[in-house]
Amino acid sequence: MVDTTPEKVENVSPAEVPEADLYHAHSFWTKYVFCQDAKVIAIQYSGTAVVIGMVGLVLSWLMRLQLGFPETFSFISPDSYLQFVTMHGMIMVIYLLTALFLGGFGNYLIPLMVGARDMVFPYVNMLSYWVYLLAVLILVASFFVPGGPTGAGWTLYPPQAILSGTPGGSGLGIILMLVSLAFFIIGFTMGGLNYVVTILQARTRGMTLMRMPLTIWGIFTATVLALLAFPALFVSAIMMTLDSVLGTSFFMPAIVEFGEQLSYGGGSPILFQHLFWFFGHPEVYIVALPAFGIVSDLLSIHARRHIFGYRMMVWAIVAIGALSFVVWAHHMYVSGMNPWFGFFFATTTLIIAVPTAIKVYNWTLTLWRGDIHLTIPMLFAIAFIITFVNGGITGLFLGNVIVDVPLSDTMFVVAHFHMVMGIAPILVVFGAIYHWFPLMTGRMLNDAMGRFHFWVTFIGAYLIYFPMHYLGFVGVPRRYWSMEDTSFIPDSAADLNAFITVAALIVGFAQLVFIYNILVSVFKGKPSERNPWKATSLEWQTETVPPGHGNFSKELPVVYRWAYSFSVPGTVDDYVPQNVHPNDVKLVSPEGK
Amino acid sequence: MWVAIIVALVAIGSLIFHLYTPWWSTEIASNWGGMDTTIDITFWITGVAYILILLFCAYCIYRWHSGSGNSSSESNHKAEYNPENKKLEVWLTAITALGVIGLLAPGLIVWDDYVTVPEDAVQVEVMGKQWEWGYRYPGADGKLGKSDATLINDDNPFGLHLDDPNGQDDIIVEDGYGMHLQLGQPVHLLLRSVDVLHNFYVPQFRAKMDMVPGMVTYYWLTPTRTGTFDVICVELCGTSHYSMRGGVEVVEKEAYQTWLSEQETFAEMRAALNKKSSETSRMAMNSQFKDKVTQR
Repeated sequence: MVDTTPEKVENVSPAEVPEADLYHAHSFWTKYVFCQDAKVIAIQYSGTAVVIGMVGLVLSWLMRLQLGFPETFSFISPDSYLQFVTMHGMIMVIYLLTALFLGGFGNYLIPLMVGARDMVFPYVNMLSYWVYLLAVLILVASFFVPGGPTGAGWTLYPPQAILSGTPGGSGLGIILMLVSLAFFIIGFTMGGLNYVVTILQARTRGMTLMRMPLTIWGIFTATVLALLAFPALFVSAIMMTLDSVLGTSFFMPAIVEFGEQLSYGGGSPILFQHLFWFFGHPEVYIVALPAFGIVSDLLSIHARRHIFGYRMMVWAIVAIGALSFVVWAHHMYVSGMNPWFGFFFATTTLIIAVPTAIKVYNWTLTLWRGDIHLTIPMLFAIAFIITFVNGGITGLFLGNVIVDVPLSDTMFVVAHFHMVMGIAPILVVFGAIYHWFPLMTGRMLNDAMGRFHFWVTFIGAYLIYFPMHYLGFVGVPRRYWSMEDTSFIPDSAADLNAFITVAALIVGFAQLVFIYNILVSVFKGKPSERNPWKATSLEWQTETVPPGHGNFSKELPVVYRWAYSFSVPGTVDDYVPQNVHPNDVKLVSPEGK
Repeated sequence: MWVAIIVALVAIGSLIFHLYTPWWSTEIASNWGGMDTTIDITFWITGVAYILILLFCAYCIYRWHSGSGNSSSESNHKAEYNPENKKLEVWLTAITALGVIGLLAPGLIVWDDYVTVPEDAVQVEVMGKQWEWGYRYPGADGKLGKSDATLINDDNPFGLHLDDPNGQDDIIVEDGYGMHLQLGQPVHLLLRSVDVLHNFYVPQFRAKMDMVPGMVTYYWLTPTRTGTFDVICVELCGTSHYSMRGGVEVVEKEAYQTWLSEQETFAEMRAALNKKSSETSRMAMNSQFKDKVTQR
């Protein structure tokens, strides 16, 4: 398999790589604004995603205020509550997580980790960011149009999404949402093609597919999923726009709205749901797979041990990606589709648990007999395992069709998807930022603030979402502005809701500490060593830190082994970088034996 | 050390919370106890896995961490190197597959029951519209008359075909809190919506299905205890989704029959409406006549 015995490697002749034929930026504008360097694009993507993510965070506070302390905040009307719900969900899933993992980490790490000078189509890559920014601006604009943004829920189910009983449904709100999504997808496609082609075509000498770090495998598979899944959302956005603007009836049957016959007829609301979830379920893995990949590398590097079962990990990522296209209707068990679909989709859904569980086992087995350094990235990685296993397990409840019946559309679902695709991937994002910040800036993030941020975020998030599942068992529905008088809900549920709200506010404010830490450390952080975590992958082996335009020196690195040569028996150091020539690996002197 | 303890505490704390939680399913009032049983099975299988994985992590961190947490750079031992263990991986895969079968098999058996309506179930139609509920009972012939959304108007709120004989004895209940069901009688709920998606949900019944305009969806259940239960809408349907409430009363057979016999049929309702409208038109003619008289 992967080359793991350094002393017996065949010599790989050095690649003849000419001076990179890159467009070097000369002016301020082309260097920092309209820049074609994937690393700058990555930071632009990340910065924009974080800013819009903060909007999403504030929206979640407003929602929690209403849920925790109903009848207290007069400015939160039923309409605005639904608008908060919708915009929070859409922002977090699409404009923050998807953009951050693929546009942010993908852009920064792919060329560096596979040993390329840049993405293969730098100009298209730059356009990708600017189209993404346009999509974000259109989204933000919808807050300021008459009637406000759409309040149809992030799933945008017709008919209600384009009818007057829903906030933003008859005005510009829903149109801007759909247009923004269409632009997001166009922008993403430009970036996504870059990521896939770069990984397939621009790997350096010796970087076989089975030597790639799992981070790259995760991002690669997620991008392939996204390129196949987003078109389904794109066409449904176009079709719904036509239904709304031109009065077509793709998704609209004969409807009587408040006693008045509308001119629609013959369309199918369920068709939209199939299209939406054909995108929507892979979307979960578009967010999760990069997190899987990154966390594998964080665990391995900070436990000074190879990832356990590398090949299994790669195949598990690929298997999960493939299976994610045949499970979409598990979001629709109680949608009114033919109930016989339930048998098929419950089976495929629970089959996904097998490769996913293998990944979990291998992460924990990586810790086994490791040399575990409890750095901040490691803490976040461990917290990811906990929250991901928790969220994955509640997925086994909801994926099992009959268990989904009482639990669907309750707070159990809210708790489940926040744990599994909100908290768990975001913990990886944090871990990854603490891990790669020294590479991006040459400085370390403040450790004390980092540890504070970690503990408050992890413990707080667990306290928010773990008890929330139990509200779902009671039957507390989601997307409710107020429970009013409901006989089956005990009064103590209101106390729990208040507790969750307080916890959510505290966790939210801890994020401000994190942002402060970043802003201060960029300028005043402790200068880092060249390779502070003693990592093996190529991004740490560049000529300068942070890497310059073109990433590597005149010659591209040559790869001799996989990225997990940690604590190899017989070597002096506890790590051997991928590009160290076998003859240069320091071995323990044979006299010792 | 601290990290290991906290990871273990997360596992143990979650277990204790689960055992002592005051928040749990409502007392069941239908035949769908199988759903609760499947939830219990799922809790057992996944709960054991969760606790084991967390405790394993905690042990690894406790046993093999280097340095004192803060000074994370120093190493006091070297990690073991053995990249793969095929036997272990096969075993873990097999155990997981077994667990998945243990979850899926009972679930699918109950689901088969859920989608198969028993022969002796009586039909009741539930109609959702923004933001209220209505119900239709088949009347003496046991058959619901044909309906169509395009026929809906103020005098025909469910859009029944006026000439369908099956519909004449149908009973329409426009009061969202007025649903009655008979104890122990399987009921086949036919779900309709005229505007957007809704979902007819009574937590004590457990069952649930979206109502979709343009089609009729269904589920069935047998009420197993008498009482009055809240009906809530659990599919987002617009501004007043949260206040789309109703009520269902489960009563003994005799009380159910009495209630049913007191209801007005569709034909009676139409007749009353016709009478009323002819009265209004006569009154209108009278006043016209008076107007003419006064004009003279």
